[in-house]
Amino acid sequence: MPYFGSEEMVKELKRALSNPNVQADRLRYKNYITKVIRYMTQGLDVSALFMDMVKASATVDIAQKKLVYLYMCTYASDKPDLALLAINTLRKDCADPNPMVRGLALRNMCNFRMPGMTEYIEQPIVAGLRDKASYVRRVAVLGCAKMHSLQPNTDIDGTIVNELYALLRDPDPVVVVNCLRALEEILKDEGGVVINKPIAHHLLNRMKDLDSWAQSEVLTFLLRYRPRSDDELFDILSLLDSFLQSAHAHVAVATLRLFLQLASAHPAVQADALLCTSAPLLATCGAASRELRFAGLCHVQQVMRSQPGLFGTHYKRFFCGYSEPTYIKFRKMEILVELVNDENVALVLEELRSYCTDVSPELAQAAIAAIGRIAQTYSEKCLDILTGLLALKQDHITSAVIQMFRDLVWFCPQSTAAVCQTVEACVDSPQDSEGKQALLWLLGEHGDQISSAPYVMEGYIDGLKTELSSAVKMELLTASVKMFLCRPAETQDMLGRLLHYCIEEESDVCVRDRALLCYRLLQRGVEETRKVVTGPKSDPSMSVLTGRQEEPISQWASTFNTLGPLSGCDLCPQTAVISAADQPSSSAEKELLPESTDVTLSSPDDTEEEISLSLGPPLSHETFEKMWLDLEILQRQTMGFPRPRTALDTLQAALQLVKIQTLAFTPGATVPWKAYIYTRSTGTLILAELLQGDQHAPGIDESLVVSVKQQPVNQHAIRGFVSILKGVLGDVW
Amino acid sequence: MISQIFILSSKGDHLIYKDYHIIMKHFRGEASKDSINVFYEMVTALSGDQTPVVMSHKDLHFIHVRQGGLYWVASTKTNPSPFTIIEFLNRLAALTKDYCGSLSEKSVRMNFALIYELLDEMVDFGYIQTTSTDILKNFIQTEAVSSKPFSLFDLSNVGLFGAETQQSKVAPSVAASRPIMSSRGEQSGKNEIFVDVIERLSVVIGSKGVLMKSDIQGEIRIKCFLPTSSEMRIGLNEELSIGKSQQKGYSSAVRVDECRFHQAVKLDEFDTFRILKVCPSQGEQTVMQYQLCDELPCAPPFQLFPSVQKDYVNRVLIFLKLRCDLPPKSMSQELSSPDQTAELQPKNKALLWEIPRFPGGAQLSALFKVDVPGLSSASLLEVGPVSMSFELAKQTCSGLQIRFLRLAPTQTGLSQRWVRYVTHSDSYTIRI
Repeated sequence: MPYFGSEEMVKELKRALSNPNVQADRLRYKNYITKVIRYMTQGLDVSALFMDMVKASATVDIAQKKLVYLYMCTYASDKPDLALLAINTLRKDCADPNPMVRGLALRNMCNFRMPGMTEYIEQPIVAGLRDKASYVRRVAVLGCAKMHSLQPNTDIDGTIVNELYALLRDPDPVVVVNCLRALEEILKDEGGVVINKPIAHHLLNRMKDLDSWAQSEVLTFLLRYRPRSDDELFDILSLLDSFLQSAHAHVAVATLRLFLQLASAHPAVQADALLCTSAPLLATCGAASRELRFAGLCHVQQVMRSQPGLFGTHYKRFFCGYSEPTYIKFRKMEILVELVNDENVALVLEELRSYCTDVSPELAQAAIAAIGRIAQTYSEKCLDILTGLLALKQDHITSAVIQMFRDLVWFCPQSTAAVCQTVEACVDSPQDSEGKQALLWLLGEHGDQISSAPYVMEGYIDGLKTELSSAVKMELLTASVKMFLCRPAETQDMLGRLLHYCIEEESDVCVRDRALLCYRLLQRGVEETRKVVTGPKSDPSMSVLTGRQEEPISQWASTFNTLGPLSGCDLCPQTAVISAADQPSSSAEKELLPESTDVTLSSPDDTEEEISLSLGPPLSHETFEKMWLDLEILQRQTMGFPRPRTALDTLQAALQLVKIQTLAFTPGATVPWKAYIYTRSTGTLILAELLQGDQHAPGIDESLVVSVKQQPVNQHAIRGFVSILKGVLGDVW
Repeated sequence: MISQIFILSSKGDHLIYKDYHIIMKHFRGEASKDSINVFYEMVTALSGDQTPVVMSHKDLHFIHVRQGGLYWVASTKTNPSPFTIIEFLNRLAALTKDYCGSLSEKSVRMNFALIYELLDEMVDFGYIQTTSTDILKNFIQTEAVSSKPFSLFDLSNVGLFGAETQQSKVAPSVAASRPIMSSRGEQSGKNEIFVDVIERLSVVIGSKGVLMKSDIQGEIRIKCFLPTSSEMRIGLNEELSIGKSQQKGYSSAVRVDECRFHQAVKLDEFDTFRILKVCPSQGEQTVMQYQLCDELPCAPPFQLFPSVQKDYVNRVLIFLKLRCDLPPKSMSQELSSPDQTAELQPKNKALLWEIPRFPGGAQLSALFKVDVPGLSSASLLEVGPVSMSFELAKQTCSGLQIRFLRLAPTQTGLSQRWVRYVTHSDSYTIRI
């Protein structure tokens, strides 16, 4: 890489380019120009050669011209005064008899990013719009948009806009699409290009002439058109019907999105369209390009949210290939779990079983998690497989299996006996903290059914000094107390040792506090302790057993065929369970921890509104700050009363009671007073700021203002959140 | 709307970089180039195979594909269709391959001027203009530099076709429809057209030799070096039936579940005579895609008879007997090919058995003895699966054949037509 001594390099090139002998030899000259571009691409600053390159642009060799123009566009903004010299040549080229030269010059002239360009390019663009060569018209149309982007704040030129609307009738299909694009950019502030009935119908009739890129783009523009009547709607749909089966996935998917949106009032039509597109979608899931495969899989997942049965018969298409990258395999397993039914369960399980011994531990654990989720419906078959896996004596497998056992017991209490038997028979224990926590929870919760439980636990207590994870220690404390309640004779001694160690020698404050809590609880008596420590032994809501609800199509149609499904921010909440190994506190697990059970016990349904808030895993300050900066304010509302005059920790406790977590607040009576809070609700995270005494809005300084941000957006949840917040603040005040 | 397009080598070198939509007030040339480094850092920081196709940095989204060992990246600030961007990047890679002859870091480095020229015509202001070779060939002036003799345009004419002749040859206003380069193509003398039937086979055979899954993704691909396009007729098997319901009475029928065609294919004779009519443009294109699930007309091409045993204390014996069930093509059979190699790859925990040639009807066997510390009888369950990757020339598993290939009689000059069949293993897994 020529980063070193680059000045020498530039000087040498400069000498060569200005050498008359080189200039006379066209091939040599061009070679040097090529060299300049090569250095430019590599990131070397060759802007010093601008003058020589301008000279080189006066040539009849089109290939050389293209290279020089590429150079000029890159450096024009650095050397605006020199760039002006090039403009004369370019303007001359704009009048060349060869349309290719005209188009080339016009395109590159519009690409110069420097102030004051508009006066030079306006006239050639207007002339280009009426050029008889379609190639020049294409360039000129986009040139209008470029000209606008050079001066984004100036008034929109009405004549150009009208001319562009007129050019929508151009015979050349690319000119038509470019007009849409240019109008969209120019009229961005006014809501983009207007698709009225004549334009929509004109575009629909031209669909067949367009190439696939233009087709999918026009289909996206048509999303904003609303047909006047059902007759018109069905005319449009029948016109577009054939595109649902297009060989190009992007056209098929864009058509489907349009169908879903236009036919939002006709579920039967939507279902038909989904059925039609299932073939192209499935084909992308098996495409040679793995990126396309991934996009296909993500969209299949979206469709399955509303139509879980659509791909049921094609479940074999989602078997993982040996050489596929892990991110595709993960998606496929997620889909397989959703597709399980009575007929295919045996085959799917056999397939998943074979992934459990994969050399990649992450993949093996994900496969075990997938079996664990299927176990919530087909517990017997899955338990056999999971038990069989324990025989392999692989640490990562054992740990994942134990974690699945814990979840299974929580969600399907009927399998408790079988699980307890297996755990008892399982000789080796998991080595990672996730697995240890799961095992300890099982021992504590169901110690009465596992005869060896106290001895296993004693092993952990004896090895406490070498245990690094504080989460494991906390789980151990809770589990020992639970065990003490059901088998006091065997546990008393070791519980004493454990509490003694944790209170006297433990350096971690949280663990010590937990130990003190347990100790004081026990001081109050066994019955008191039992009341606090023991909660329900299984998921009281039974939500998972009933299966996932079929969502209405409108829930996801707006993000269909966008980057959303691929970038993962729109994932179903269940994925959190699969990646439990990476996330120390996934939501499922948090529910199992006793302290949150305490909260549910002490705050019965008095906060029950339309929506329910939950705390979920805690957010770090950094995460909160990052998200706060990234997100837009969705709602700002004046509370109508000043901030509560109570002590701040009372306020914090009150908010905690309704599952709103306080992250930070300004101390005392400082003005302006601020507090940042967050909470979760049905798959969305709500962030909010409370503010009093904002200098920028002096009129309302007495009253508290709440600003809400959210990810992903769910207006219903925001309304619920604000009303709960209002309620609790009002109460405290 | 695309903000930037760039191509990076696997080591992160910038091979091609173009930006379209960065407003100059916020980004100067150099600052926007930083986003390449941001991308490269993000993509290399991901562990192992965990490469999400879409990554975001602030409000810039990077979408990338990997082809030929290179990163082909588009960045955007809007929320476009991922299918469009991915297919476009794939198409860009395919066109680069068409024009440069091959796809590698070297060929991209050598032909960067040509690729810039291509990109210039393909994308303007971040909007896709065209990707059709028919249109592009009118605008592309740079000749490909190739280390191989095989190239779309002959290189011997570099001096002959200077700009002066170019100018006079182009009539105004019809640049988009008149082929400039046709004269070059004729002089190169290689009027070839290749029609490939490519099938990707994905098979899972269960531990007891039961066929658990088998499907075929097939396509008919044309690679055309003819200078002018004229109509070509491709005749497929007459007894080809499409869809599950159309199954005919006799067993020899060739069947596919569903098929889709390129937009330009005329299908008026397809229903009765199974003839596709197409005007191929220069370069590579897929005219038909089809797929077939489960019921394959033939048995899977390879059968494996494994046995895994525990020897001594810490040794596993893996005996594999592999049989190829294809009909023998030649009389001379090399039963034990001397070129076979096998190696243990501790990193992937895998045994690699390479068989350079495997004649139909033959049977090969191998015995592997692997020392495993701390071996238990349960560990034997962890052996497997066997995954095979192979390429079968002159073979389609669906039985799809090309009956004939006719060019319109207007085609002047000699043209060579080639039909090739090949079956690749997409994923061929045999459980032990």
